[in-house]
Amino acid sequence: MKFNRLLGVAVVSFAFAGSAFAADINGAGASFPAPVYQAWAAAYKEKSGTGLNYQSIGSGGGQNQIVNRTVDFGASDAPMKDDKLEAANLLQFPTVIGSVVAIVNIDGIGDGQLTLSGPVLADIYQGKITKWNDPKIAELNKGATLPDLAIVPVYRSDSSGTSFVYTSYLAAASADWKANVGAATSVQWPAGAGAKGNEGIAGTVKNTKGAVGYVEFVYAAANKLATTNLVNKAGKVVKPETAAFVEAAAAADWKGAKNFAASMIDTAGEKAWPITSPTYILLPKNPTNAAQSAEAIKFFDWAYGADGDAIAEKLHYIPLPDAVVTQIRDAWKAEVKADGKAVWTN
Amino acid sequence: MAASISGTEANTALIAAHKPTGRISDPIFVGLLWASGIFVLVLLGFIIAMLFEGGLPALREFGISFVWSTMWNPVTERFGAGVMVYGTVLSAVIAVIVALPLSFGIAFFLTEIAPGRLRRPIGVAIQLLAAIPSIIYGMWGFFVVVPLIAAYVQPPLIEWLGPIPLIGALFQGPPLGAGMLTAGLILALMILPFITAMFVEVLESVPPMLKESAYGVGATTYEVYRNVSVPYGRTAMVGAVMLGLGRALGETMAVTFVIGNATRMSASLFAPGATIASTIANEFPEASIGSLKLQALLQLGFILFVISFIVLALSRLLVRSKLKS
Repeated sequence: MKFNRLLGVAVVSFAFAGSAFAADINGAGASFPAPVYQAWAAAYKEKSGTGLNYQSIGSGGGQNQIVNRTVDFGASDAPMKDDKLEAANLLQFPTVIGSVVAIVNIDGIGDGQLTLSGPVLADIYQGKITKWNDPKIAELNKGATLPDLAIVPVYRSDSSGTSFVYTSYLAAASADWKANVGAATSVQWPAGAGAKGNEGIAGTVKNTKGAVGYVEFVYAAANKLATTNLVNKAGKVVKPETAAFVEAAAAADWKGAKNFAASMIDTAGEKAWPITSPTYILLPKNPTNAAQSAEAIKFFDWAYGADGDAIAEKLHYIPLPDAVVTQIRDAWKAEVKADGKAVWTN
Repeated sequence: MAASISGTEANTALIAAHKPTGRISDPIFVGLLWASGIFVLVLLGFIIAMLFEGGLPALREFGISFVWSTMWNPVTERFGAGVMVYGTVLSAVIAVIVALPLSFGIAFFLTEIAPGRLRRPIGVAIQLLAAIPSIIYGMWGFFVVVPLIAAYVQPPLIEWLGPIPLIGALFQGPPLGAGMLTAGLILALMILPFITAMFVEVLESVPPMLKESAYGVGATTYEVYRNVSVPYGRTAMVGAVMLGLGRALGETMAVTFVIGNATRMSASLFAPGATIASTIANEFPEASIGSLKLQALLQLGFILFVISFIVLALSRLLVRSKLKS
C-alpha cells in the first residue's frame, strides 16, 4: 500500500513536470468559430504536442476573460471597440471568415428556391411584411407561387456574434432598421420570437410553418437546412456558397481598417455574399507569461498555414487572404512584446 | 501506586482526567456550529449586497422607473425591468393556476381514494417528476410540447376565443407554440410535485375523527373533502402554493427554451415574452465588465431576489399562523 502511494506521488509529480514542459494554451470566447478552433487544436496537438483548451463561452465572456488576463487569448465575433482595445492593451486579429444565411420553412419551397433581400428581411423582422405573398417578396420571386401564410421571424434569444453580424447587415441594407433597431449582439427585436442558439433557431423554424430564421452557414450546411438566396448590393442574386463568401472577403478594405476590423458586410462585389464577417482573436500586447503567449502565436501561425486552411475549409469557414496573414504576422512581431523584446519572431 | 487508590478516588481521577478535554472541545464544537449557522447568513448577505451594489449604477442611470420601464434596448443601452417582471410573475401565476387543481386532485386521491397498492407507485412517480433536471423539461418542452401546442391548441383557441372582446386579447397573434402560456404549462409540471407533496402531508394530518364523524352523519366523499379536509389545512395549503410560486419565479433553463424570449410587452398569452431569469441567462455571456448591460442584469437579479423574498416570507407567515392555531 505504501508502495502504491509512492507510485501515485511519482505519477502525479511526473504529470506536473510534463505539463510544465509543454503547458496547454488557454483560450475562451466566441462560439461561432469554436468548431474550427477545436479541430485545429486536435491537429496541432498531434503535430507539436502542445494542447489548446478552448472554452466556447460567448464573445462577451471572451472579452471579459482576456481583459482580466485569466486566459492566454480571448476570442470575439464582433471586433472590440478601439478605445477598449487601447485600454486593455490588446492586439486584435482575425482568424477565419464565416457567413450567415437565412433559412425558411414554407411548404413547397426547398433549399435555394426563395430569394430575399436586405430591405425585405429588415421589413420582415420589423413586422412590416407579415405574409409570404407580400408584393415585395413576390417581386423578388417572379414565377414562384407564394402562399398566403403568416411570416414568423425567429431570432437568437441569447446574445451572440451571429446576431451582431446579421443585425449589422440589416442596418447596412435598411436605413429604417438602422434608425429604429440598430446592430448589436442582442437588440430589441420589434417582432418575432427568440430561440436559444443555432439549434434553437433551426428547431423553431422547422417546427413553425412560415418561419424565417438566420444561422451560421457552417450550421446550415451541416444540417441541410433550406437556405434562401439574397440580392446583394450590386443588385445581383447570389447563392450562399464558398465562392460568394471568398468574393466578399476579398472585397474588404483590410489596409484601411484599424485593428483589422474590416467590414465585409454588404460589400459591392457582383458575386459577393452580403452577410460575411471575420471572427477575431484578442491577445495581450504585454503578456505576463511570454512563453505562453509565444505558444499561442505559434499555434495561430500554424493555423494560417496549409494544414490549418484545409481544416477550416472542410468545416465551411473561409481562410484569410494571404496578404492579411502577412499583415498579422508583422503585427505580432511589432506589437506583442515582453521586456521590450518581441515574444515571437519568425 | 495504583493499588493505593480507592474506588471513589479512582472515579474523581477519571473525571478530572476527562473534564478538561470537554472544557476545550465543547466550546470549539459549539463555536463550529455557530460558524456554520452564521456562514449562511453572511453568504446570503454578501450575495444580496453584491447584486445590489453591482446593479446600483443601472438604478442611478435610469432611476426607480427601471423597475417598471418596458424598454430593453442593448443597442442604445436603455434598460428597464418591466417586461421581465411582468413575464416572471405572469408565467408563475399561470403555473400555479394550472398546478393547483391537479395537486388537489392527486393529493386527495392519494390520501383518501387510492388503494394501498397504487399509492406508492403514484407517490414515487410524482417524486420523480421533481428529480428531472430543468434542462430536460426545457428540451422536452421545446421539441415536443411547443410543436403540439402550435399545431393543435393555439389555432382553434385563436379562432374561437380571439374575436371575443376583452378575453380575446389574451389569445392573439400567430400560433408560435413558444410563449407565455407554454412556459406556464411547463412550470406547472415542475412545481406540481412540490405542491402535491405538501398537500398530501396536510391532508394526512387531518384528524381521522373529524372525517369519520362527517362520513357518519352521511357526508359524501366530495363533501368531506370540501367541508372538512380543505378547511382544516387551508392556511398550510396556501403556504404550499406560495412555495410552488417561489420555485416557478426563479426557474431558468426550461423557461428560456419555451417562452419565446421577446423583450416586448404583450397582453396575449400566446405571445413570446421573457422572465428575469431567462433574460439573465440569455444576455449574461455577452455582457462585458463595467457595461451598463451587466449592471442592469445584476439589478434584475436583485429584483428577482426581492420578489422571491416577498413570496417566501408570505408563505412562511401563512404556514406559521397555521401551526400556531
